[in-house]
Amino acid sequence: MFNNEKDDKMDSTEAIYYGLKDAGIDFIVSVPCVNLTKLLEMIDEDENIIHVPVTREEEGIGLCAGAYLGGKKTALLMQNSGLGNSINALKSLTELYKFPLLMIMSHRGTEGENICGQVPMGQSTPLILEAMDFNFFKPETPAEAYEDIKNSWELSLKEEKPVSALLEIKYW
Amino acid sequence: MQRRDAIKKIMDSIEDELIICNIGFPSRELYDILDRDENFYMIGSMGLASSIGLGLALAKPDKDIVVIDGDGALLMNMGSLVTINACRPRNLTWIVINNGAYGSTGNQETYAKDLNLSEIASSVGLKSYKFEETDLKEIISDDECNFVEFNCKPGNSTAPIIEKTPESIKKRFMAIL
Repeated sequence: MFNNEKDDKMDSTEAIYYGLKDAGIDFIVSVPCVNLTKLLEMIDEDENIIHVPVTREEEGIGLCAGAYLGGKKTALLMQNSGLGNSINALKSLTELYKFPLLMIMSHRGTEGENICGQVPMGQSTPLILEAMDFNFFKPETPAEAYEDIKNSWELSLKEEKPVSALLEIKYW
Repeated sequence: MQRRDAIKKIMDSIEDELIICNIGFPSRELYDILDRDENFYMIGSMGLASSIGLGLALAKPDKDIVVIDGDGALLMNMGSLVTINACRPRNLTWIVINNGAYGSTGNQETYAKDLNLSEIASSVGLKSYKFEETDLKEIISDDECNFVEFNCKPGNSTAPIIEKTPESIKKRFMAIL
């Protein structure tokens, strides 16, 4: 757990990790992004979190729904490209059945991106979340990310919809 | 034999296991044959029955989980074969009813019509069986993650629409856990 004194010293990855921990997240599915490398290692080392790498993000939406049925608090770690791979499942499974879900997205195609292929989906990602009527945060500092992520599970339960944190390139 | 009879045969081996059932007619037919608190009916998101079953099996290692899936749904989420093989929860039995057709949309043929799905699952690494060659009760209760292919003919019964809201299906299921 972090107190205010420690908050200042968290790096970008630790802020997400402790945000997830303090939100009570204990079941995580992932598709990797280079920006999530250290976070995925920390989660793998945590014996209190079940971590399942999946082949495609949509598959992870199913896993999270099943794990929630079984009493787990769930999160999906992915690149924003994975949002595109998951849209129908997020609507016709997660929202339809009112499953809570926390989505941590490395938001590629934003300022500082050097791969042109990331740009179109990167530009559309916030617009897609708005069109889906899903709440999301865009934290700019580790302290903001920690607070947003820590509170997102409860918010997702209350809203009965997924809640996302979009972490742009400059965040890392 | 069509799907409804296949589900009926599966249910002959079921006691208190938790069931995740594929979208459309499979869920409607299960609902018609034996509605029970332990049934989770999918109303949307075709292809994800096995993924939901895997998440549940990992979250609830003390419960036996049975997934009733279809060939068209498996083709839509082939990645699930390798993810489930990597995890191999000992409490998961994944049954795929292969009628070679997209039943709920009018029985259009699937590419699985000429495939041996249990062989494919086996090649990935999963313990795999043909339904008629195995004792379902035994493999549900054993300490392995198992894949079962149940071949049958296409065709839908007159099973009614499920008169439950998705939220009530979820709440009823979670209440017993």
